[in-house]
Amino acid sequence: MASALINVPKKAKRGEIIEIKTLMSHIMETGYRHTAAGQLVPRDIITSFTCRFNGAEIFRADLFPAIAANPFVTFFTIANESGKFDFEWIGDNGFTETASAAISVE
Amino acid sequence: MKSAGTIVAVALLIAAGIAIAPLAATEIPPAERRSGYSFMAPDTKAIQDDDTANPGMLWVLDGEALWNSKAGATGNACADCHNDARASMKGVAARYPAYDKALARPVNLEQRINLCRTRQQQATPFAFESRDLLALTAFVAEQSRGAAIAPEATAELAPFVAKGRDFFMRRQGQLNLGCTNCHDDNWDKHLAGSAVTQALPTGYPIYRLEWQSLGSLQRRLRNCITGMRAQNYDYGAPELVELELYLMTRARGMPIETPAVRP
Ligand code: HEC
Ligand code: HEC
Repeated sequence: MASALINVPKKAKRGEIIEIKTLMSHIMETGYRHTAAGQLVPRDIITSFTCRFNGAEIFRADLFPAIAANPFVTFFTIANESGKFDFEWIGDNGFTETASAAISVE
Repeated sequence: MKSAGTIVAVALLIAAGIAIAPLAATEIPPAERRSGYSFMAPDTKAIQDDDTANPGMLWVLDGEALWNSKAGATGNACADCHNDARASMKGVAARYPAYDKALARPVNLEQRINLCRTRQQQATPFAFESRDLLALTAFVAEQSRGAAIAPEATAELAPFVAKGRDFFMRRQGQLNLGCTNCHDDNWDKHLAGSAVTQALPTGYPIYRLEWQSLGSLQRRLRNCITGMRAQNYDYGAPELVELELYLMTRARGMPIETPAVRP
């Protein structure tokens, strides 16, 4: 039941600096831990996060085992035109999740 | 001589004071009570304050989906009987653990939800600390956010509150500590890097940074009992429910913060 929480302002003035906040549900198992029986717990992390605005990539991050569970990624961008943000998370074991949010720029 | 006599008299007064203190009294004066939130660093507070940064909200979302999904032999969803949780579950978590007549003892919110699973949906109960049970509990409890904690003050519950209080006050374990020695006597101090706090259960289930996950009040209590090197109890054990009940009476009137964030 993976799910994302996205916080994008619904409206902005042209040229305004806006903050985008994203939270993705994921255990981010490092691959370095062992069970009580000594077995290695296999790595299961998100490896990449991308944000596109009206199709063009505006932000990308690579994620690594030291990142906490349920990664919270925030960044800033400039609101130039109305449109749609598309977010994508990709990870181990075929993990992919997407989310989107619209903004209207006046 | 005179000072020795004074010390004895004071000791007697203290002993008498403790002996006559009514059960379920708030051990910390109401005006001095502080949620665990108030002890947190600004960065941690900021995570709790923003619903789009608080990972606990991911469980609330999952819980909402479960609330609306059919389960068990009867094929009923929680929503089929309870409709909109925003109305039907408002304030419910603020008075749990509550007395269950059939069991003749208090049940906590997790157990109450599992009772509806078994009695109403004819489904198997969720395991304690499973993602589904934590998610439904967080979703139900979130409907009480801001509501004043109000465990029922009934004669039926009183003996269970008293047992919980006794557990809290009693020295036990290899370190010979009672919960009270930290949470009443030393709540304004630190244990290694951690603020001791007043053990007020205002925000459960909580997203604990150390756990990297949501967890129940019983998980938190089991952590402290392990720390005391005392005999621990299984999830759902009557002793832990009684302790939860007593802690809720200590927090009476304080607002619910679920899902809270704690270090
Ligand atoms: C040796 C001191 C010590 C003892 C004894 C102790 N605790 Fe704690 N307890 C702590 C510390 C330290 C924390 C906070 C840890 C953190 O989250 O940073 C804590 C946290 C808690 C919390 C969480 C409060 C919140 O804001 O969510 C509760 C509830 C609690 N304890 C209950 C108990 C109970 C019940 C007992 C007895 C069974 C007990 N504790 C015994 C030190 C103690
Ligand atoms: C077939 C109808 C039915 C279904 C389905 C059902 N419940 Fe209930 N629920 C009840 C009834 C009736 C009561 C109160 C009587 C009782 O059982 O004690 C109740 C009580 C409760 C309470 C306690 C309310 C209070 O005021 O103390 C909670 C919490 C609760 N249900 C949650 C749930 C959840 C979560 C689900 C889904 C997993 C669920 N219920 C499914 C009928 C239902």
